[in-house]
Amino acid sequence: MEKLALSDEILMEVEKPARYIGNEVNSVYKNLSEVDIRIAMCFPDVYEIGMSYLGIQILYDMFNHMEGVWCERVYSPWPDLDRILREKGIPLFALESQEPVKEFDFLGITLQYEMCYTNVLQVIDLSHIPLLAEERGETDPIVMGGGPCSYNPEPIADFFDLFYIGDGEAAHRKLLEAYRENKRRGGSRMDFLTLAAGIDGIYVPSFYDVTYHADGTLSSFEPNRPQAKRRIKKQVVFDFEHTDYPMKPVVPFLKATQDRVTLEIQRGCTRGCRFCQAGMIYRPNREKDVDLLKKYAVEMIQNTGHEEITLSSLSSSDYGCLPELTEFLIEEMGKRNVNIALPSLRIDAFSLDVMQRVQDIRKSSLTFAAEAGTQRLRNVINKGLTEDMIRTGAMKAFRGGWTKVKFYFMVGLPTETKEDLMGIPRLCQTLAEDYFTIPKEERSGKVAITASSSFFVPKPFTPFQWASMNTEEEFLEKARFVKDNFQLQKNRKCLTYRYHDADLTIMEGIFARGDRRLAPVILQAYQEGCIFDAWHEMFHREIWEKAFREHGIDPNFYTSRERSVDELLPWDFIDIGVSKAFLIREWERAKKGEVTPNCKQSCSGCGAAGFGGGVCFENQD
Amino acid sequence: MKIRIKYAKTGALRYIGHLDVMRYFQKAIRRAGLDVAYSQGYSPHQLITFAAPLGIGITSEGEYFDAEMHSVTTGSDMVERLNQVMVSGMEVKDIVVLKEGAKTAMAVVAGSDYWIRIREGYVDALSFFAQAEAFFAQTEIPVVKASKTREVELDIKPFIYDWKVQDNQLYLLLSTGSVDNIKPELVLEAMCRFQGLEYQKLAFQIHRLETYMRNEDGKLVSLLKAGEEIR
Repeated sequence: MEKLALSDEILMEVEKPARYIGNEVNSVYKNLSEVDIRIAMCFPDVYEIGMSYLGIQILYDMFNHMEGVWCERVYSPWPDLDRILREKGIPLFALESQEPVKEFDFLGITLQYEMCYTNVLQVIDLSHIPLLAEERGETDPIVMGGGPCSYNPEPIADFFDLFYIGDGEAAHRKLLEAYRENKRRGGSRMDFLTLAAGIDGIYVPSFYDVTYHADGTLSSFEPNRPQAKRRIKKQVVFDFEHTDYPMKPVVPFLKATQDRVTLEIQRGCTRGCRFCQAGMIYRPNREKDVDLLKKYAVEMIQNTGHEEITLSSLSSSDYGCLPELTEFLIEEMGKRNVNIALPSLRIDAFSLDVMQRVQDIRKSSLTFAAEAGTQRLRNVINKGLTEDMIRTGAMKAFRGGWTKVKFYFMVGLPTETKEDLMGIPRLCQTLAEDYFTIPKEERSGKVAITASSSFFVPKPFTPFQWASMNTEEEFLEKARFVKDNFQLQKNRKCLTYRYHDADLTIMEGIFARGDRRLAPVILQAYQEGCIFDAWHEMFHREIWEKAFREHGIDPNFYTSRERSVDELLPWDFIDIGVSKAFLIREWERAKKGEVTPNCKQSCSGCGAAGFGGGVCFENQD
Repeated sequence: MKIRIKYAKTGALRYIGHLDVMRYFQKAIRRAGLDVAYSQGYSPHQLITFAAPLGIGITSEGEYFDAEMHSVTTGSDMVERLNQVMVSGMEVKDIVVLKEGAKTAMAVVAGSDYWIRIREGYVDALSFFAQAEAFFAQTEIPVVKASKTREVELDIKPFIYDWKVQDNQLYLLLSTGSVDNIKPELVLEAMCRFQGLEYQKLAFQIHRLETYMRNEDGKLVSLLKAGEEIR
């Protein structure tokens, strides 16, 4: 492909020109005369990050298998190219055809984290598409959003023509059929959006009006035309055997963050951790057939030539056929000199055995997602992990030769006390003591226990969606308290504690539970220079603070305010299949520290069984 | 047994850096199903080594790497299998089996030759190359070569083995390798200085033709000469 959108001068000037030339192994090129729908699929971050994301590879593969459809990719230009494109007025282009995104029918943007919102605007803007959906004309692409953040799309609703809620494999075909039909009839943009609004899972924000109470809370959220549905139902796939999975994922020239084959083994999770949004929005848990996965693994390695394969799911240890699958992979991938990178598994005899076989334990470390320092708080968040399980697992690991252990914790969880925070260093200290009960001659050197904490952000569609989030000062004070307590431990020399700044966490908290009044703030921050906010060094706090101030918005309204369960929430119009009644019940149980069993133990009646498949209908233990 | 692979890197692929080319071929060898040897241990890697790195922006039809193999088929079969899994812009040209005791490509590289043309919108090629004769006729061509730690002054004249101007393009045959590695940019920079012009990297489109080693007689010959055809 000789055609390049950028001149030699530009490509030689920017860092990593390979980000912008396309032509990678397995990228798809089509003859334009056989194409009537062109889609630019975007991950709004830099190429190496976007290329690591499985979701786009799935959609890319699915769209390109459709007759008449050509799906290409586009990523956020790095600030060096961003500047050049603006100066020279060059429109943002898709990687394959190198043609302007503006000429496409759709610009699809995946929303994986809140801090990408200014990058969303960057991509739309550099494409020379009006930023506000209401200002777009007949020739502009339809800008659509999907992914986890579309479960509360309200802060960015003004920038999108439509959102797709649910598994991407489910309803895109219908959407494209509607587009084709509308084009054939000579229908307008508005005609198409009206047709789209009739498809399950499609949310057209402009078809809804929002009003607010004097206290700032939502008063009403109403469709403004008959075609707009009251509730948008999440779309779910069950039949993975007949669902596209990318057998030929695109292989970047540049080393992507995840430079390997990713095998998705299941969707959804049975655990029901109360802080976890993915655990709720991807319900019900659906396991993929193990024979199908074996076939995929071999074929994908063959087609990509990757030297590593990894498993993807929310909780791989819960995948029923994990032993069979790992046995197969160790055998087959070993023959091919392909490494197996294991996702975080629950530390038990099985996983230790597997890890011992696939990695050099002297170099590897074990990770426990303990999340909270005391059993009480772990019960509050419904993390089904006891101190006993952690200690037993760690001891097995120590005896197996591992001496590096990592812990993940969250700070700022609902109901958290000083006792819970002190539990973090105490748990680490206990493990260090356990280690030293092993006779010296049987130990493999020193033990290194590292705890790192993130700050808790309440997310929509979790039992904690009503909870108050800590302020930045509270977060940092707590983290310093934990750090100080680490210094008081007897074996402090074996212990390390790490935490990060809380400024981005606060921003994430604002947008996670935000409403439509945030769009002008995001727009202003973008126009005043914010992009790549997720990259801490490029985050401009003062611009954001100014934008909030000038729009009269108090960020605390979205973060530290505890909501009443009667409040109309901005995302209530989305039906994820898990009922609000269940979430309220879980919120109440959390406050009492009551544990709820996982889906395989017994059904707690969350409502996801209504989809008619998955774990809800399989043999339960 | 060791084989030597010759490939061309053209078109948009000139923007792929050396490390990424290495990763590209590791994956291509897997896709093609060649029976390459691996190192031992938990993260086995292919036993392949590349000859001379090519700068970003430069195209080439004479690039090389060596691979240690468990088994081979014929040269033409392996060439075809690799070319079936190439992207456009990357093409495998030839594969030979190295003679017993042959050193790695990287160790024996002694020279490379290039065609250089001037892009539109920069200096006029005709007048620029008109001064080539005088430039190369100098008794010394001193340049300042920056190494990792310091700048060294160097006379590059002995390392310019050949040159000519033809059809408004400049041909250069230069010393390449771990010792006296003279990049064509270094010569072009000196030519600009000689003419009192500011060196603009982007003015020159460089194309490498071939990478050479020295034979027993000390003559520069293609790196392929260290091997034999695999029938």
